Amino acid sequence: MTYVITGSCIKDDSCIEVCPVDCIHPKPGDPDFETAEQLYIDPELCIDCDACVEACPVDAIFAEFEIPERHDYALDLNAEFFAGRSTIERTAA
Amino acid sequence: MSRQARIAIVGAGPAGAFTAAALLRSHGDVEIDLLERLPTPWGLLRGGVAPDHQEIKRLEDRFHSETLARGCRFLGNVEVGVDVSHAELMAHYSAVIYATGAQTDKSLGVPGEDLPGSWAATEFVAWYNGHPDYRELDFDLSAKRAVVIGNGNVAADVTRMLTLGAEELGRTDVADHALEVLRSSAIEEVVVLGRRGPAQAAFTSAELRELGRLDGVGLRAPDGAELDPVSREWLDTEGTFTARKNVELLSEFAARPPQAGAARSIELRFLTSPVEIFGERRVEGVTVRRNQIVRAEDGRLAARPAGDETETIECGLVLRSVGYRAVPLPDVPFDESYFVLPNERGRVLASDGDPVPGVYTVGWIKRGPTGILGTNKRDAEETVACLVEDLNAGTLAEPERPGRDAVDALLAERNPSLVTAEGWRAIAAHELERGRAEDRPRVKLASREELLATASGEQPQ
Repeated sequence: MTYVITGSCIKDDSCIEVCPVDCIHPKPGDPDFETAEQLYIDPELCIDCDACVEACPVDAIFAEFEIPERHDYALDLNAEFFAGRSTIERTAA
Repeated sequence: MSRQARIAIVGAGPAGAFTAAALLRSHGDVEIDLLERLPTPWGLLRGGVAPDHQEIKRLEDRFHSETLARGCRFLGNVEVGVDVSHAELMAHYSAVIYATGAQTDKSLGVPGEDLPGSWAATEFVAWYNGHPDYRELDFDLSAKRAVVIGNGNVAADVTRMLTLGAEELGRTDVADHALEVLRSSAIEEVVVLGRRGPAQAAFTSAELRELGRLDGVGLRAPDGAELDPVSREWLDTEGTFTARKNVELLSEFAARPPQAGAARSIELRFLTSPVEIFGERRVEGVTVRRNQIVRAEDGRLAARPAGDETETIECGLVLRSVGYRAVPLPDVPFDESYFVLPNERGRVLASDGDPVPGVYTVGWIKRGPTGILGTNKRDAEETVACLVEDLNAGTLAEPERPGRDAVDALLAERNPSLVTAEGWRAIAAHELERGRAEDRPRVKLASREELLATASGEQPQ
């Protein structure tokens, strides 16, 4: 199971501040942070703790099984953002 | 400094709100006044974010709980430079932070831009969102085709607002005067012009995806499928995740069969620049020419004319959405080439390059009109870090008239219809209550008279 961030994200970084496993990217200071239109959750690392959902001021984050239909793209989109990065890159980021 | 520092933030939009919140977080021992020229706070969150994006408007709860609920005051319906001068603010506050945004639009620079029927998209946005200064604008939606010039998220927003069905519009908090006009709109087709190609479109992929999923709206992107070799190479080597998603979405749109029975349609055209907006007495069409993408000498990709051939697109409405621009503020330095307050990490600089003591800036007037809502959070943190550093170092002069009573007396004298946080609560409560009655998120009060009357406790009908 994972949580996913939808296109409503405003890149407020409240979720990054509370994530205990550092699985939300890009982070402020990362090279791709400024050009990113939203933040993404790494499904391989997410531990389903719900902290980001509570922190998000615009309710842009959902548990995988509660994604509203209009955001049905979000599960693939979050995974795709991290695709091609190695496990080391992901955990060290 | 012996007494508590008093800080004025000019402009209660997202940048001002994030700044007040950051300041209270990092240096709780301050008094903050949030000055705003409208009777309502939160700037473009209320007046810019599209009415069908209600989830984003929830940010106002966070703004409220992190600012007004924590003792920051709201002083609305006060215009700095008119009701109170910069010098007067400096006499009453330890520091002044300008967060006034970018209040005007960039021009296209083509003939006919000022013809009746040709509008800045930002005017249309302010009108449908109930900005009290724009409610009287008279948008004529009697033609069958509208042209939107620009490829950013404001262009996407106005395109959606022109094509959404009456029922969907009725579920939003679009201003009542606009709801009526939009419901009787005759527009059947919106043509969206992008100067550059699919790979360079400034839409977020979320906004682009949304355009392709509107109920009862067909979407065509005839030149979405092909990518020129220069753009293809750029995309493969330097393309952002968003650019790759956009190209993917556009080629998917290009491959769609025409949607039968759609009441309205959107056509996305790329590599197309307007050369003239024409018409006898009002807009009758736009003349366009094709562009090609080339790699400019500085290495960046640019759109250049592909030839002299032009084409006309008949239409009765043009919305120009090519960016915002900040305007100078009275008695504060202004950078005329970048349209920002000259600053270093938020400290406003005088012409000699030295910081002007006690004057700071944040948001679009600081960095230019870029980024999204959350960008202002980091921007605010940067400005606040400088201010806190100066407060701790004791480099800010004690204001001549430091008491809260002194500024309250001055403002009361200048402007008897000041709106405080209490007045704003009355406005918000009234709008939400009317919204509940109509099964809408809120029904906005969209005239200054109604807003001021409600803020002062009178009940409008």
